[in-house]
Amino acid sequence: MPAIQYREAIRQAMAEELTRDPNVVILGEEVAQFHGAYKVTEGLLEKFGPRRIVDTPISEAGFIGMGIGASMLGVRPVIELMFWSFYSVAFDQILNNAANVRYMSGGQIHCPIVIRGPANGGTNVGATHSHTPENVLAHHPGVKVVVPSTPYDAKGLMKSAIRDNDPVMFLENTILYGDRGEVPEEEYLIPLGKADIKREGTDLTIVSYGRPVIQSLAAAHLLQQEHNISVEVLDLRSIRPLDMDAVLESVRKTHRVLVVEEQKPFCGVGAQLAYMIQSEAFDELDAPVARLCTVDAPSIYSPPVEAEQLPNPQRILRAAIGMLG
Amino acid sequence: MPIALTVSKKPSATAENRGEAGAAKPGFAGAPANSGLTAERKIGLFRLMMRIRRFEERSLRAYQAKKIGGFLHLYIGQEALAVGCCSLMGKDDHVITAYRDHGHALAVGMEMNPLMAELYGKATGCSKGKGGSMHFFDPARNYWGGHGVVGGQVPLGVGLAYGLKYKGLKGACMTFMGDGAVNQGAVHESYNLAALWDLPVVFVIENNGYSMGTSQARSSAGELARRAEGYGMAWGACEGHDLYEVRAFMSGYLERAREQSKPAVVEVRTYRYRGHSVADPDNTYRAKAEIEEYRKTKDPIQVFQNLLLAEKVLDEALAERIDSEARAEAESSAEFAEASPFPDVSDIQKDVYWEADNPSERKSGGRLFFD
Repeated sequence: MPAIQYREAIRQAMAEELTRDPNVVILGEEVAQFHGAYKVTEGLLEKFGPRRIVDTPISEAGFIGMGIGASMLGVRPVIELMFWSFYSVAFDQILNNAANVRYMSGGQIHCPIVIRGPANGGTNVGATHSHTPENVLAHHPGVKVVVPSTPYDAKGLMKSAIRDNDPVMFLENTILYGDRGEVPEEEYLIPLGKADIKREGTDLTIVSYGRPVIQSLAAAHLLQQEHNISVEVLDLRSIRPLDMDAVLESVRKTHRVLVVEEQKPFCGVGAQLAYMIQSEAFDELDAPVARLCTVDAPSIYSPPVEAEQLPNPQRILRAAIGMLG
Repeated sequence: MPIALTVSKKPSATAENRGEAGAAKPGFAGAPANSGLTAERKIGLFRLMMRIRRFEERSLRAYQAKKIGGFLHLYIGQEALAVGCCSLMGKDDHVITAYRDHGHALAVGMEMNPLMAELYGKATGCSKGKGGSMHFFDPARNYWGGHGVVGGQVPLGVGLAYGLKYKGLKGACMTFMGDGAVNQGAVHESYNLAALWDLPVVFVIENNGYSMGTSQARSSAGELARRAEGYGMAWGACEGHDLYEVRAFMSGYLERAREQSKPAVVEVRTYRYRGHSVADPDNTYRAKAEIEEYRKTKDPIQVFQNLLLAEKVLDEALAERIDSEARAEAESSAEFAEASPFPDVSDIQKDVYWEADNPSERKSGGRLFFD
């Protein structure tokens, strides 16, 4: 299998779906001529032309709302947010219109859109560009939320997201864009709502998604090497739908759970997971569910300090040892 | 063939692109949009306005009797606007509007029963009791709601127009908004996209003079539709109480949108007799005399009735019969709504996700809903 970058995997998924379905269009700032601010859409304009790959003005409420309206007529827009942080100026379109239109119309309308882009800190771009809104998005019934951690997952999940008849929020990561991973040449899809065990273990389960999965794998390696602790790393891949069965199965195996997420702690995804685990597997737990999150403050600029504000292998390692110590 | 979206080079706004397309001439009955109307069609339009009026009055009584919850934004006084515009629709024309949406729903051909049932929160409502007054939908009639947030529907209207253009269909989307919406950022973003890409959308500002309780003079600088000039878009304004005038004015813009894929912003001046919503006491920001003056001189149903009487298309007896039939239909819709069941509590989680509602086609795993 060829090893390709995370960004290439997403690009391949979009290109395959553009080829397969004439209703798929790509909309967003700098997605066509500029090839995407992070080069995810590079080459698509040349291959599919300006009717399918559309540069928009900096106007998120306008073009996301436009995409939602077009989806009601059967167009399937894949809309790039240069940063998910900019969802705030399109909040009404995403969470009033896309999330609610099916419900408010009594099921007469559906909204097959994908909104995709990076949602992460760690690149020293400060508080306005470092939001991780998966919890905010997943709070709204009607939308689906996907956060892939590897090129393989990103491609398979993106293809499923584009074919999905519900609005899918697809959260990528600028730090992962250059990561390489094996991706088959033949077509494959990964269904939303299926978690993946990225590393098997017996002493502790780390439940995570997105880039913290990669960091958790690094921490798990160190924990095994240096502390003889066997860690299972479960990658949720999709926040909503949520593969709770996979979480519970791992809990029954290891009896200890650490949720690692690049979120601020309050009302985060981990809070929901901790609630569900104690509610559904209380007797299986040998310790309270623990969380390792981004330190609770706006995202700091200062580069070395930001690295400590976010989850990182050392912080994860310390949290794991704290649970088992 | 679908038309590629390219950025067009537009001339700056000139007198030429300022509404010539829709310029309303005196003697609107004879305007091209109206001269071909048969007597039967004219009576149909009169009947439609009357049905909207009586439906609204009946819903007000139901609201006062506490049969209807939430807000009730009545369209009474504005009927010629929705009926005039929607009567011009062809099969690929679409409509989207804000929360004062009952008139448009009836104007596109929805029946009273599912609308009244929706107001009552019943399972037989057009949105199964899940949307309420502000969220009527009927995609089969190209009616895309019914939206609750001021200006929030306007980008969707641009999207419908984009969808038409992308699919190579010769239609247009009439995107209605109130005069209060023109100050929302989403509206200006929509104007820009529509003009930039020559999308077939006609933005219709229903100017009833008040954004909730704040008059136009206290909320909006300049002429409302003239803001289109900044985007190089055609614009114009007309009076909204004469159905013939609305049709004469709108038809050019619609035709231009369909045939040339050119957007426009039009302002139609109208008036609502009732408060912003029924909950609005309506005694702090305008004088009763103002309402009475409009009702006396510009009531759209009376104005059209007088025109049709003068044309001898209508006589008093027929007008009265149409009125009593509209009242009876509205009454019957209230009975239908009253007799209909509420949605079941088990219906709350239906119509949230397409996939959950179509389990045999579900591809994803995991939980979609949470306790």
